[in-house]
Formats: sequence, C-alpha cells, structure tokens
Amino acid sequence: MALTKEIIKERLTEKFGDQLTEWTEPYGLLTFTAPAEMNLKVMQFLFDDDALRFRFLTDLTGVHFPDRKGEELSVVYHLHSLENNIRLRMKVYVSVAQPDVFTATQLFAGANWMERETYDFFGVNFVGHPNLTRILNVDEMDYFPMRKEYTMEDPTRIDKDDEMFGRGGTVV
Amino acid sequence: MPRPVQYNTKVKMVEMPKGYSGEGFFATSFDKVVGLARKNSLWPLPFATSCCGIEFMATMGANYDLARFGSERMGFTPRQCDMLLVAGTIAKKMGPILRQVYLQMAEPRWVVAIGACACTGGIFDSYSVLQGIDQVIPVDVYVPGCPPRPEGILDGILKLQDLVQNESLRRRNSDQYKELMHTYGIQ
Repeated sequence: MALTKEIIKERLTEKFGDQLTEWTEPYGLLTFTAPAEMNLKVMQFLFDDDALRFRFLTDLTGVHFPDRKGEELSVVYHLHSLENNIRLRMKVYVSVAQPDVFTATQLFAGANWMERETYDFFGVNFVGHPNLTRILNVDEMDYFPMRKEYTMEDPTRIDKDDEMFGRGGTVV
Repeated sequence: MPRPVQYNTKVKMVEMPKGYSGEGFFATSFDKVVGLARKNSLWPLPFATSCCGIEFMATMGANYDLARFGSERMGFTPRQCDMLLVAGTIAKKMGPILRQVYLQMAEPRWVVAIGACACTGGIFDSYSVLQGIDQVIPVDVYVPGCPPRPEGILDGILKLQDLVQNESLRRRNSDQYKELMHTYGIQ
C-alpha cells in the first residue's frame, strides 16, 4: 500500500501524541509544527521508521514572524521520502531573543551549508553545528539582513540622498 | 587569375603633438609624447560581472570595435593592463577582490566604472551590494546607464583617453594623488 499523508500523520501522532501541532496541507503539502527541542527526535523517527523513510532533506530555511511574540523565528525543514515519493514540511519556532535549534548535520550532511545560510540571514543559532559562520554575506556584517526589522533601504548608506530621488528631504 | 590586391588606404594616424620642427628634427615635450603613446595603447582589463558586461562584449566586438581606439586586446591579467573596466554589480563580498585586482595593476592605472551599479549601486539599494566601486578604489570615468549602450562605453573610454593624454607625468608622485590613495588605504 502506498504511503499517504493520512498514514504519516497517524504514525507521527501515535509516536509523539499531541506534541505535534498545526497540521495543515497548503497546496497538498503535509505541514506540521514541532517543539523546537524535539526537532531532531521527530526527524530521526521519520528517518528511521521503516514505513516512512524520510531520508532526504530537500530544504532548510528560516522565516521571521515579528508578530508571533516569543516565537518570532521559524526554521522550516522540507523532507522527502524518496522511496515513497512523498514530501512533508516541519516547522519549529524559537524566540528571537534566544534562537537555539539543534543542528541536523548529524542526520543530514546536506544541512551543513543550509544551516549556515539560515544563520547568516536570520541569526538562528544551530547548537552543535561544526562550523556556524557566515556563508554568503561578508564576514564583517554585524546584523541578520533577512529579519523583518529594518527599513526597506539600507540606513547605513550615506551616498544616496533622498533629495536626489524626490522622496522627502528638504527640497520640495 | 589572381585576385586584385586591395590596400587599406584609409588608415588613420594620430596627430603629431605640438612642437618645433625643422629640417631633420622635431622637438616637443616628453609629457606629450608619453601621453600620446599611453592614450592610444590602453590595455583594458575587463571586470565584468553582469549585464553591463554583455554590453561591453558588444563594444569589443566587430560592430563597435574598441580596437579602433588602440585597445586591441583584452588582457585578463592585472599585471599587464592599465585600464580597469568594471562593468556590473559589485557585491560587498566582491569588494576586496576588486580592490586586490586594482592593487595588482602597475602604475599608471585608470579605472572606468561602467553602468549604474558600478557607479552607485544602481537599483540594488541593498544590504549586499557595494554602493559604487568608488568606495573601495578610485575611479577616473563614470559611464551612466542601465546598462549603457556601447556608444556610451566608447564615449567613456574616449573621455579616459583625454585624461590619459593630458595627465602630467608627475601626477602620480604628487601629494594630492598620494592623499587620494591614502583615503583608500593604498600606500
């Protein structure tokens, strides 16, 4: 019998009970939220379970939700069960004040650079990562640019004067 | 029947610099001769990163033919080139590399910033993009446009030729020039 979303949900609920929440299926992609400290346990279960066999990490990224107080940063895992040809999405939420998430590099070697990227842009601290340094931005950068806490334009620049662009300034 | 030989009789020569000539001699200042030679044999070093680079390729090609102005061959080595052509967006992470390329060029060296991105960062009003290459290296000629037409690039190079021709031989030893280099942290 082919693996379906219902079976996956059933297996996960059987194992983890009501710790997994926010089950949705946007565009047919099974999505749920796990507690941040359980991300490895859930992924290990999905990896090891003979029926599920989610052994490919398609993507790992971050999202910033400034309105979710206390859990502003989200880390999203896209997992793929190649043998069953089915995908799912797991989210964990952490606070922006202490964005600690366990690293998935022990489980998926491919998570290494993706976690570095997520750290680079969102500042998520992946606990246990072998080399958590910036990967795309300049090393000297002292902020996390994809967080939704900056004005649209770079406030550090001095060369582009608003007056030259007809948006405010002293010249009308 | 052999084909008739066609000689190219339309070769243009640069004008002689001003000076005194008489029978068997011609005297002028060293500045002018060196300026003339440098002006008409600029070796371009293309540093092309995006769409302006495509326009620059058209400029090098047969239709626009940069070679007409004495820049026959692209040299992809900073050691041999004296005209750095920066065409395209320079990310902040690429800034030190561009700077290193500039440092590897021998004096005298000139820089042309081609296109809005190289001049000012252009539309990329962003955390990752260098807002104009003049933040890391001094620039001689700015070519505006997004991207500029090949005519624009040629015009920029002609402007640079004027600068090269009229540059004093002592300019690179002047205090003003040293101060300029100092503001960029270049010794």
